[in-house]
Amino acid sequence: MPALPLDTAGKYVAGAYLVFLALILIYVAIMAGRLSRIEKDLGEVTELLERRAEKERETVPS
Amino acid sequence: MFGRGLKTLSLLSVALLVGAFALVFFYAPNDADQGFIQKIFYLHVPLAIVALFGFVAGGIYGIKYLRTGDRMHDLRSYVAIHLSLIMAVGTLITGSIWSKGSWGHWWLWDEPTLVSFLIVFLLYACYQPLRFSIEDPERQARYAAVFAVIAGAFVPLNFMAVRMAESLAHPRVLTTTGGAMPGSMRLTFLVALAGMAALFVTLWKYELASKHATFRLRALKRKLAADDETWVPNPRRSAAPTL
Repeated sequence: MPALPLDTAGKYVAGAYLVFLALILIYVAIMAGRLSRIEKDLGEVTELLERRAEKERETVPS
Repeated sequence: MFGRGLKTLSLLSVALLVGAFALVFFYAPNDADQGFIQKIFYLHVPLAIVALFGFVAGGIYGIKYLRTGDRMHDLRSYVAIHLSLIMAVGTLITGSIWSKGSWGHWWLWDEPTLVSFLIVFLLYACYQPLRFSIEDPERQARYAAVFAVIAGAFVPLNFMAVRMAESLAHPRVLTTTGGAMPGSMRLTFLVALAGMAALFVTLWKYELASKHATFRLRALKRKLAADDETWVPNPRRSAAPTL
């Protein structure tokens, strides 16, 4: 096939590079979801620690 | 642990990829035969090469896991294969777009390069379901490592078989004599390849750091919750390795 003119080829080239950009963005979005899960886990650990500290304060006579 | 050097690697990846794309559009000449559409080459081929090397790396870490039993190697193998699969999706889509523009078809079933890459992709697409189907973490890691080793060995064999087959439409750019690329195109291609490789290593380390942090946090949570009656564990089944 003969080489495509720039205006037609440009669409395909832009499409291919946009696919790459989209893949990177999807990956970033998935990693953002994971980060929010880590944040949630961290919140639970903090809560557990606070609960434990409270329990210790209650058991130690003043 | 895995986060060390991540900032430098990220900056290096960005610099290399931005540099590569600048070279693609402002330095490398248009191909005499294909014209402007050949610019897809600088994205499609590095994606394919890095994906294939990633699959092989997954196999190498699989061997390391089977030899040592160290779960970190299983995690490294898992993340390498996972990222390679994403890059393989990119290879298939960008290749398909290029194929439509150059040959007038989205896909050619009688072209060995295309079909062999699809076979490799479909083979590795079974990796995650395989992991997910096994509940026992020890067995999951062992079976996944065996899969990664066998499939990893299949990748170079497949590559050689395709090289020996007669190509109908797909060009053979990278040959032992350096291919038919002029210096400016070769430089652009090498920078794009380096950028893609740096991106792969960056994302690999990034995901390893994220997974490692998650595991350590969950272990800490389990430890703290052991003497807390009010806490109810929420076990989640996952294809990802557990440490």
